[in-house]
Amino acid sequence: MITTEKLTKRFGRIEAVREVSLDVREGDRYGLLGPNGSGKSTLVRMLLGLVYATSGSISVLGEPIPRHVGRVLPSIGALIEEPAAYPQLSGRANLRLLDAAGPHGSRRTRRRRVDEALEQVGLAGIDRRPVRAYSLGMRQRLGLAAALVRRPRLLILDEPTNGLDPRGIRDIRELLTGLNAEGVTVFLSSHLLGEVSALCTRIGVLDSGALVLQDELAALQGPTGRVLISTDDPERAVATLDGLVERRDGADLVVRSPDPVALNARLVAAGVPVRSLAAERRSLEEIVLGVTGAGTDQFSVPATGAPPGSAATADSADVSAEREPS
Amino acid sequence: MITVELFKLVRRLRTWMSIGLICALPLVVAIFIAVTHLEPPPGSGSAFLSAVLNEGQLYPAAALALVLPVFLPVAVAVVAGESVAGEASAGTLRYLLARPVGRTRLLVAKLASVTAFTALAVVAVTVTSYATGVLILGPSRAAAVGTSPGGITGSIAPGAGGAPTAGLQPGAAVTSLSGAPLTTLELAERVLGAMAFITVSMLGVAAIAIFLSTLTDSALGAALGALAVLVASEVLVTLNAASAVQPYLPTRYWLAWIDFFRQPIFWRDIQHGFEIQAVYVVVFLGAAWANFATKDITA
Repeated sequence: MITTEKLTKRFGRIEAVREVSLDVREGDRYGLLGPNGSGKSTLVRMLLGLVYATSGSISVLGEPIPRHVGRVLPSIGALIEEPAAYPQLSGRANLRLLDAAGPHGSRRTRRRRVDEALEQVGLAGIDRRPVRAYSLGMRQRLGLAAALVRRPRLLILDEPTNGLDPRGIRDIRELLTGLNAEGVTVFLSSHLLGEVSALCTRIGVLDSGALVLQDELAALQGPTGRVLISTDDPERAVATLDGLVERRDGADLVVRSPDPVALNARLVAAGVPVRSLAAERRSLEEIVLGVTGAGTDQFSVPATGAPPGSAATADSADVSAEREPS
Repeated sequence: MITVELFKLVRRLRTWMSIGLICALPLVVAIFIAVTHLEPPPGSGSAFLSAVLNEGQLYPAAALALVLPVFLPVAVAVVAGESVAGEASAGTLRYLLARPVGRTRLLVAKLASVTAFTALAVVAVTVTSYATGVLILGPSRAAAVGTSPGGITGSIAPGAGGAPTAGLQPGAAVTSLSGAPLTTLELAERVLGAMAFITVSMLGVAAIAIFLSTLTDSALGAALGALAVLVASEVLVTLNAASAVQPYLPTRYWLAWIDFFRQPIFWRDIQHGFEIQAVYVVVFLGAAWANFATKDITA
């Protein structure tokens, strides 16, 4: 759906995007991660033909960009950084206007498509209030509705849950998962790791303009060879698993073992009451922090001798891995 | 896309506010003249103003002359300067382009929208000032004969002949600047011609402002830049030392619409006026296109 090859963009002497070779496949829920200023927005704008690449090539839906941007964009719904609308018009009027501005927006179906999109994002009951009076969350939902009006095959969303409350974030996640199940490919950029790990199947990580990681999330989050156990009788558990326990924190144990099932059987056989037991997986945070440096909004004096990825190891104790029932 | 731009134009409060203000100026002037009965003495003041007490039907022409030098170009520069820069700073530009709206189409639609605004303003001024003229000034005091048209300052084209005399024969039709009478139909035709010419006269400013609007994300900056060009042009037009460049200045033929009120119509400057505006539109819209079509949209 989206392929870029050695895509590079320089603004003057600043290299915003450096030789990025992106590969988003049909049906993906792709999350592009990266610290602030890592080039996510520039990359997104290049995919949409708003910013012209310095070198490299882009293909979206099989067509070269920006040459055939007019052919490709009607099948794409986009949210580009913050949503934007004409403040004096109502949300509905804004969607109709935007739909009428470009090609492939049949006037006959416009009213229905606009109403549908508003319903999808939870703004079905919206009145004639001008957008000027909207809250941040409503604007964000309206921006998403604008991306959905043309029933796109591909969604390119820059920070889609920006400004939404927890319920709004969950609504949007369910909406995107639902659309994806219907065949819409979702490409989103975010710096919210929780969002991406809850929604995406594939991730790419940008750091200082370069794509430092791109893989299936499940593959990246493979078991670490440790098992997390919570038990009412930690003493007996430690005794039973003598030597395998790496760390103990009250009733919670971290045990070195590649096989949680065998470990569970052993504990049960020894009469240890197991409250929960799960293979430890690397958190997305560890993965991302392991491959990225500081964002451009951060100006700290680099500590001598500290490798760029050292933050990850320091954090790993606090970041308990997502537990999955086994 | 043009329909969309027109919709945005008419749904903006600013459009109607500025047109209201433009129409208010001639109204205020008319009230003062009607109350005091003091017209500018012939040979000074704005064009036609010295004749309107005698002939209220001429007031649209006087009103156009009042708004032409400042009010109208300022409004046009603001609307045109905002056209691209305003969308950029509001963030709607990237959504329009990602819709996708072709960049060339967008520029053309913007120019069409600015032209529509100008035409709307000119029509509004004409209609309100006609009503003002007939209701407040009226053809009642039809006495003074032989008012001089010298009041058309700096506008009489060289070679237009000796000072023509506008006057009014009691009970007769409106008199042209050349002295021959005009029927009401003829007057209407000439007012329409003047309206069209004035609308076209604003296209040069509009094109300059749209060009500047593609250079910056500041709507105000673009509008002020276009106004600076206009002020410079108006200064140079009256400067003898600048006579070499005068034929090419955007405001050089702005007052040629007055020639519609001569008998017969004096076409030469009117034609030059149309030509120079066409050149400005082509050059600056071309420059706007060259810049905008290759520009990175980062706003």
